[in-house]
Amino acid sequence: MKNSLVILFLSFLSLNLIAQGYSVGDKAADFKLLNVDGNYVQLSDYEDAKGFIVIFTCNHCPYSIAYEDRINDLNRMFAHEGYPVIAINPNDSVVQPQDSYSKMIVRAREKSFGFPYLLDATQEVFREYGATRTPHVYLLNREEESLVVRYIGAIDNNYEDAAKATEKYVESAINRLKAGEKPEPDFTKAIGCTIKVRKS
Amino acid sequence: MKPFTFVPVKLKFVIILLMIFTVNGLHAQVRVYGFDKLKPLLNQQNNTTYVINFWATWCAPCVKELPDFEKINAQFSTQKFRMILVSLDFKRSLETRLIPFVREKNLKAEVIMLHEPDANSWIDKVDPKWTGAIPATLIYNKDFRDFLEGSYTYDELYNIIINNLKQ
Repeated sequence: MKNSLVILFLSFLSLNLIAQGYSVGDKAADFKLLNVDGNYVQLSDYEDAKGFIVIFTCNHCPYSIAYEDRINDLNRMFAHEGYPVIAINPNDSVVQPQDSYSKMIVRAREKSFGFPYLLDATQEVFREYGATRTPHVYLLNREEESLVVRYIGAIDNNYEDAAKATEKYVESAINRLKAGEKPEPDFTKAIGCTIKVRKS
Repeated sequence: MKPFTFVPVKLKFVIILLMIFTVNGLHAQVRVYGFDKLKPLLNQQNNTTYVINFWATWCAPCVKELPDFEKINAQFSTQKFRMILVSLDFKRSLETRLIPFVREKNLKAEVIMLHEPDANSWIDKVDPKWTGAIPATLIYNKDFRDFLEGSYTYDELYNIIINNLKQ
């Protein structure tokens, strides 16, 4: 009896762990984070946006670096169509000094980021969204007055070589949203770097 | 006449040198697998307990836990036990980064480079709980399976293995 109670408790616990963060169909919360240009950015600043390509990414992670140009391309392709990229660095700079705010400024300049590159200084936003790795994409779509999560996952299916990617998940997801359809697939996985959580 | 005596001394020296290099080279050998080739190693039905660790040279928490994995590998080397360190380094850095790293750290555990860039096609086949972040470790035998995305402490790793090891 005691054992089964413990098991029940543990399974609730693990269910809660899995349930953390957004699933496709959930409403996404706004946030207010510091951009590399010194200003705070929030999603509600973008009155005309039809949605957002929110990407948790960072400076140090080779998988993030491999996607930097593709993230710039996504913004170039879709910002003027109403789906700008909002990049967020969720990492703690004590654990990973390469991901400090000052180094974000340097990296954004080096790579001519055409999108906001925000610091999740309190690490609350990545937890709310449920991001576990960098890069990790959440595609939000404005539906009535809410921002609804419509795709979670990878940018495409080849981290190593953009030219060899046969599935451009984010691009095709936005194209489907624009056509009034739901993305398919709406959830993918990818290898990435763990998010560097502040040590208490 | 012994045939070997015809070989000039200089050449013998070269042959011996080559043999030494070959033996040393084997220690730093890294095979490159696609997922199809790795997959059977994740599902063996025998008495061996497998520890499959997904890592990369550039992943700080992975590199940090490697000495513990090496220690475990040495401790259980005489048991029904097999450890495979599956590197997710980029293929282009096999020669420039991974092999030098394996050599420099003198890694004794088996290292395989997994080259399968379409990760969405295989992550769930390792474990559905895996979101794709590394380090991640699968420990299993035919009666037991445990998967963790994140880092093990030495004690956790040791206890899981010792409690599930088969004779």
